[in-house]
Parts: sequence; C-alpha cells; structure tokens
Amino acid sequence: MQKEAAIREPLILGHKSYHDVTEDVCRPIEDKAPRMWYVLFGIALIIALYGIGCIVYLLGTGIGVWGLNKTIGWAWDITNFVWWVGIGHAGTLISAVLLLFRQKWRMAINRSAEAMTIFAVFMAGLFPLIHMGRLWVGYWVLPLPNQFGSLWVNFNSPLLWDVFAISTYLSVSLVFWYIGLIPDFATIRDRAKKPVSKKMYSILSFGWSGGAKNWNRFETVSLVLAGLATPLVFSVHSIVSFDFATSIVPGWHTTIFPPYFVAGAVFSGFAMVQTLMLVMRKAMGLEAYIHTKHVEYMNIVIMVTGSIVGTAYITELFISWYSGVEYEAYAFLNRATGPYWWAYWSMMTCNVISPQLMWIRKLRRSLLFTFFISIVVNIGMWFERYVIIVTSIHRDYLPSAWSMHYPSHIDIGVYIGTIGIFFVFFLLFARYFPVLALNEIKTILKGSGQSYKEAPDYHKHH
Amino acid sequence: MTEKVIYVMYDDEEVLKDGAKTLVSKGIKIADVFSPFPIHGIDPIIGVKNTRLGIMAFLYGLTGLMLATVGMRFFMVTDWPMNIGGKPNFSYLENMLAFVPVTFEFTVLCAAHGMVITYLLANKTLPGMPAHNPDPRTTDDRFVMEIRLSDNHQSSENEIDELLKNTGFVEIDKKEVN
Repeated sequence: MQKEAAIREPLILGHKSYHDVTEDVCRPIEDKAPRMWYVLFGIALIIALYGIGCIVYLLGTGIGVWGLNKTIGWAWDITNFVWWVGIGHAGTLISAVLLLFRQKWRMAINRSAEAMTIFAVFMAGLFPLIHMGRLWVGYWVLPLPNQFGSLWVNFNSPLLWDVFAISTYLSVSLVFWYIGLIPDFATIRDRAKKPVSKKMYSILSFGWSGGAKNWNRFETVSLVLAGLATPLVFSVHSIVSFDFATSIVPGWHTTIFPPYFVAGAVFSGFAMVQTLMLVMRKAMGLEAYIHTKHVEYMNIVIMVTGSIVGTAYITELFISWYSGVEYEAYAFLNRATGPYWWAYWSMMTCNVISPQLMWIRKLRRSLLFTFFISIVVNIGMWFERYVIIVTSIHRDYLPSAWSMHYPSHIDIGVYIGTIGIFFVFFLLFARYFPVLALNEIKTILKGSGQSYKEAPDYHKHH
Repeated sequence: MTEKVIYVMYDDEEVLKDGAKTLVSKGIKIADVFSPFPIHGIDPIIGVKNTRLGIMAFLYGLTGLMLATVGMRFFMVTDWPMNIGGKPNFSYLENMLAFVPVTFEFTVLCAAHGMVITYLLANKTLPGMPAHNPDPRTTDDRFVMEIRLSDNHQSSENEIDELLKNTGFVEIDKKEVN
C-alpha cells in the first residue's frame, strides 16, 4: 500500500470499508430506479427519437435538407462531429494519461468519463456517415477489394486518416473500458439475488474469478493499453484537425491546429465530465468519492487547457497579420468583425475569459459555479468549431460566391437528437453499470481514505 | 480424481500477505489467491510469474506496422498509383509522410486488440465462462488463499492447519474438488 502526504486531501471521504465501497456503487444498480431517472430517460428518449426521425428523413430525401449551399458545403454536420469527438477525448485522457502519471484522483471519474467518451465518439461518427448521404455505401471508406478497377481509397487524404483514427479510437476505448469493467461486473454478479440479473451479469463478467495471475495480467493489460491509448488520444484530434489544416482555405491551413485542437478537445471533454459528474454524484449518492477536491482538480485541467486554447486563438490572430497574406488576414478580420462576429465573440468569451475565473480558489471549489462554467465551455467549444468552419468558408476568393449559412430545422434536429441519444446511452450506463471503478477505488482506500489517513499510525512505518 | 483443497479467508490483504509469507517460508505451496482487487506484492510471494502480455502487444504492434506498410505500398504504389496533387506516386518512401497517420493508427489498433484478445483467452474470461472463485465475497471485501494438498505432499493436513492458525484468518473451508 502506498502512503501519501498528510497535507493532501483524502480522496475518499468518511469511514468507508471495502464492503461500503461495494455497497455504495452497487446499490443504485440493485435498487429500483428513482422516479427522476425515468423522467430524464423519457425526455432523452423523446429527443433521441426526434433526432432519429430527422436522420431518417434526411437519408430518404438527401442532404439537401440541410442548410448547406454551394459556398458553405460543410457546416453544422462537421461542427457537431468535431464537437463530439472533442468531448470524447476526456475519458481516455483521464484513464490513460492520468494512469501513466499515477494520478489517483482519476479513479473516481474514469469509469463514467470513459463511458461518456465512447458514447460521444459514437455520436461523432454518425455525422460523417450521415454526410455521405448514401449511408448504405459507407463501407466504401474501407480499403476493400472492389470491381471499380480495383480502385482503392486515397491514403493521402486526411479524411481517410480520420476514418482510421476514429475507428481505432472508438474500438480501443471500448475494449479499454470493458477490460476495467469485467472485475466490477463480477462483483455485481456475486451479489445478485435475482436469477435474471445474475445470469446477465455473469455473461457480462466473462467468468472473472480474481485469481492472482488474473490480476497480474489485468494490471499489465491496463498499463499497456494506457500506454497505447495516450499517443492515440493525441493523434486522433490531431488528425481531425488535419481535415482542415491540410487544406488551402485561409483560416484553415494553419500549423498550429493539431496542438490547439487537442487542447480544445481536453478542455471541452473535461467540461462535459464536470456537467455529468456533478449531477451524477448527487443523484447516486457518491459525494464521498467524487467531492470538491476532484472537481477542483478537473477545474485546474480546464483552466490550463483553456489557457492553451486562448493562447492559440491569439497566436492565430497574430500570425494572420504577421504572415502578410492578405487573404489569411481577411479571414481573421472577418471572423471578428464580419457578419459572424457574434459567434466569434461568444467563442472568445466562453473559452478564453471564463476558464480564467478558475484561478480563484473559491470559484473553482464551488460546485454550482463549476456546473455553470462547464455548460458555458461546452457552448463556447461548439462555437469555436462553427467559427473555424463556417466563417472561414462563407467568404471565399470570389465575392460573388459569398454566402451565409442558415441552419434548417433538420440541421438543428439532428444535432439536438444526438444529444438525446447520448443521454439515453449515458442514463442506461448509470442505471446498469458500475459507475465507479470498484476494484481501483479499493486499492486506494487505505492510502487515500479519510479514516485511514486520519488514523494515528498512518505515518508510522510497518 | 478428487483432491482436498483448503480455502483460507482473510478480511485484509496485508494480513493475508503476511500469512502467505509465513507459509511459504515453511515450504507450503499456495496455489492461488482470490481478491477483489490486485494485491501488490503478492505475486513474488506465492510464485506467480509476471505475464508476458506486454511482449505480445509489441509483437502485435509490429505486425500491424508491417501490414499497414505492405498494404499501403500495394494500394498506392503498385496496384493503382493515383496522381494526387502531383505527389510522387511511384515510390513508397517519397510519399511516406502521408502514410504516417494510418500506419500509426493501424499499429495501435493491432497492438491493442491483439493483446486484449490474448488476455481474454489466457485468462479464460469469455462470455458465458463459469467463474471459479471459491466464495462470492472474494469480489467484495474478502481475500482467499487456496492451498492444495496435492501440491504439498511434504506436509500433512494437520501441519498446514497448525501453521494457518497464527495467520489471523477469519474463516477456513475445506472442499473436495476435481
């Protein structure tokens, strides 16, 4: 067991035993769902169904039902795609990068953050698929032998890199998440009383027994997967940014994009984690495990990544002037003062100013304020992608082709719908899956549990 | 053929570890330890060798790297060279930079999935497999040491019982298993 400094706040509050940890996490799964769960699930389901309806209508009619035009061929779809992928970066960052850095506070949030990641990437993946228009030929993005020549996909294209990046990221995050879930499903299985749930959880737990060799392998697999997932996280959003950065559109082809997109992704991902965690800890009575200190740690990450994003915005602005390329300069001038000035300035306010408030200790430890800022950041990050995408292309080299983008109700419906689908998945997860990594929490109980840390012999050597 | 197995249950991993140390120093072989979470430092005591899954992951990654390189060379250079913005389409090396992202992603894909599949097979954890932890509480807050008499011919059952007495266990269970 590892000891930590006495001045470090305990990560698990109260006087918990191993059994209490099991109880606290399993009770919400075993008890009847509270009425509020059904209400939220109902709302999410209605929104999801509306979104699916919009998608079905779109597929039947064609992507002409979006508000796109000849100048603006990419708008909400790709904005939503990048937004969701960005959100989907927190989970693997928390579970992989923070695992490599031995950050124990991640254990309170890694499970649900990973679940959020998977659902968010799933939502992201929908948009390029829908944007194909003809969903049924979606398999054309894979290098499969075919009778067109045989004509292969273009491995020089960032859009194809994206296919590989997103599918690798989704599937690796999924197995990473599931490998961690297996021992916890075994815990639920061994507690289950009802035959149906016993059967279900024994299938889900893959017959996990928890022998010494099993754990030995488990720890190695977790560590190696973390090592693989860490460069993966950074590569995925870098590749997403290549979609723009390798083009020759002023405002898009900037070399700063990869690091700036990755920082933005972590920024928005953590904001989404905050939004979900603050509600979940209350609703499921997990205040002892996810408490102010965890929120503070996450706020610090938001503050740091928010500052990186802010620096990137200003660097971009400076370089557009310093480069001496008038098209580049105009693209940025147009962002700030053109017809989309409101989008630019909401992005600036939400992403540059609001995270700076986290320097104040009182604010970053305030749950209500954190919740508010987390929503603000998510709105800001959506606007960031909108600003980059739409304002860069709505005024191109030919003034006669200048145009504006007005979203149709299908644009809005599909976007809102994915939020509904996301919450349907997340609520199902919170209801049936262990939302805390039980086996990991138990390993830090003696090192970081309040009652152990406050015990008189904690700092004595054995 | 059935054999007798002793299951000794503890409620603290440190107590179990100390007990295991004592037993092993007296020449008793411990077959396995079941616990709700990894007990750090138990493996060398009971003689569990470190897994070689990490090496496997490296080999799977290498396979992925090779497949991606060979595949893209075939698609983009040999089989159907395309003129994309005048980029050199007759040589893999000269066009290699464009292939780095996919090569990297495919390497990670193969390493991660290869390792996870090997892990699941090696652990015998697959959908529908039966669990063989001796007590349902070992996934909650109990730690169980498994001692097989067939592994310990040099000591009698009574001798083992005598040794166990001072290790601070909470329950002891003896079973005939196949």
